[in-house]
Amino acid sequence: MENRHAALGLTDSDVLAMYEKMLLTRLLDERAWALNRMGKAHFLVSCQGHEAAQVGAAWALRPGIDWLLPYYRDLGVVLAIGMTPRDYLLALLARAEDPHSGGRQMPSHWSYPPLNIFTGSSPVGTQVPQAAGVAYAAKLRGDDAVVYVSFGEGTASQGDVHEGMNFAAVHKLPVIFFCQNNRYAISVPQSLQMAVDDLADRAAGYGFPGKVVDGMDVLEVYGAMREAVDRARRGEGPTLIEAKVYRLTPHSSDDDDRTYRAREEVEEWKQRDGVTKIRAYLMALGLLTEEADQALRRRLLDEIDAAVAYAEAAADPEPSDLVRHVYAE
Amino acid sequence: MAIKTLLEAIRDALAEEMRRDERVFVLGEDVGRRGGVFRVTQGLIDEFGPARVLDTPLAESLIVGAAIGAAAYGLRPVAEIQFADFIHPAMDQIINEAAKIRYRSNGAWGCPIVVRAPYGGGVHGALYHSQSVEALFYHVPGLKIVAPATPYDAKGLLKAAIRDPDPVLFFEHKKAYRSVRGEVPDEDYVLPIGKADVKRAGEHLTVITYGYNVHLCLEAAERLSREEGIEAEVIDLRTLLPIDRETILASAKKTGRVMISHEDTKTGGIGAELAAIIAEEALFYLDAPIVRVAPPDVHPMPFNGRLEAAFMPTVEQQYTAMRDLARL
Repeated sequence: MENRHAALGLTDSDVLAMYEKMLLTRLLDERAWALNRMGKAHFLVSCQGHEAAQVGAAWALRPGIDWLLPYYRDLGVVLAIGMTPRDYLLALLARAEDPHSGGRQMPSHWSYPPLNIFTGSSPVGTQVPQAAGVAYAAKLRGDDAVVYVSFGEGTASQGDVHEGMNFAAVHKLPVIFFCQNNRYAISVPQSLQMAVDDLADRAAGYGFPGKVVDGMDVLEVYGAMREAVDRARRGEGPTLIEAKVYRLTPHSSDDDDRTYRAREEVEEWKQRDGVTKIRAYLMALGLLTEEADQALRRRLLDEIDAAVAYAEAAADPEPSDLVRHVYAE
Repeated sequence: MAIKTLLEAIRDALAEEMRRDERVFVLGEDVGRRGGVFRVTQGLIDEFGPARVLDTPLAESLIVGAAIGAAAYGLRPVAEIQFADFIHPAMDQIINEAAKIRYRSNGAWGCPIVVRAPYGGGVHGALYHSQSVEALFYHVPGLKIVAPATPYDAKGLLKAAIRDPDPVLFFEHKKAYRSVRGEVPDEDYVLPIGKADVKRAGEHLTVITYGYNVHLCLEAAERLSREEGIEAEVIDLRTLLPIDRETILASAKKTGRVMISHEDTKTGGIGAELAAIIAEEALFYLDAPIVRVAPPDVHPMPFNGRLEAAFMPTVEQQYTAMRDLARL
């Protein structure tokens, strides 16, 4: 196996840390499903299959300096930039301490000012013009912050995505438009969403580069993201990265993907799972052993167990909180 | 003190706020080189440059969405929607985003943006350059809505809106832009958002209104005083959301007769809420039913001059309604 990460400027421990975040993301998502099926969590949106794309993208960003407008599937992004399993679980169980919304929003509606994670909503695509606005402000102030904004290929049909991309292009704004194309917008396949194979083709129409990457390959994603971030920081403007991924689970805990996807297709994509792929890579290079991997899993599961226990014991918001924060207090 | 038009007062407020605070910038269609289609931002690009007086692409959702993002970053954007009639593509950014940002982040983020929009008719604007859209937003917690009638109020309230930590919709009546003049102090001042202003004191009936109708009602009230000796108290709401319940209720209780007047159509207009508030909290002080004076429920407003005139509120209408209410 050829060492691919050194050429990207990544050390061995960098790649091990990336794998750790990917594995944490996967194990945490699996735990969310378990909590949902146990009746403890009302709802979740799943990110399984997106971990490589998400961790690869976030790895190119500077926590607390760059800005993020992640979409609801971006668990791997927020974990890689600095949020914790406890933060996620407090939101999943809608506790008062939930740092994203104090239990007001559905889970995975990220928000955290200390890490420049701007609050998001459920209507898809609204974050794209906002990302352009953040970038415009950064440029106006002479800062070198780069803005990451993500969405699925279904959302790319929204007018807001066009408006935001066009504005960012006009002013050469430091925005990375990161599309996680998992081929389905809930049940609607890409073929009914657009008439092209690659969303990245649209970038040419705006006048900035568009790049397709294998979103199941964390190193390839990181490489493309690194290049886009450097370009943005040099003042050369936005990039559209389309990460081809596959959602290995239903869209949400209320979805049943058997109604629109063949099991064979899902099984086929499981063979290309990004978490398995980077694990095999590390083992082939002798950077990870079976024993070390098992120890890592145990450590992450212990961390998740502790976070679950903390979140389950955490208090609900008070009914009187209902009327707070409509306006500044 | 200088005499200014409503438009000049708004322009002065923008320029002074941009001088005071370098975080303030304006964005919208044609606001830069052209200085706005109504010339509200005329000259600003010369003083502040094209980056702070930003001509945007023709995309209203982008204008508001980008303003939200810039505000998140710490700036104080003042977005212009060229005509209120064109605000609808930005509804999602205003209602689902700007209005909810503080609430949905449990107070962690704010959204200090101003969205200015010329509204109202009587200027041959036809169906898509004449609308009053304030009631569409009136139902939305988290927003503030300001609709000034005089240059003094417009300047003080726009400054307050720019300094406000929450999103403010600032509606400017097109017909009032150049036809309404008034004294405006030279020194810096702000007026409180959420406070109505009693534009004319009176004891026989209360008239609650806002926007260009304030001037129609004041003229009608003067005539009523001259011809009938009836003294109407005319309340200019100035801020529609949050509404100044205190001032409204105090006047309703004092006079016992309430007329509500607006240029927006009647059903589901601001007047409906005002009537409900008074009915809930001051019914037993009333000597007559609450009267709403508003155009019929049609689309404002046809291009043809006779049809436009048939839609637009008049002094005569206000006068007749006030007199009839006083005699009840």
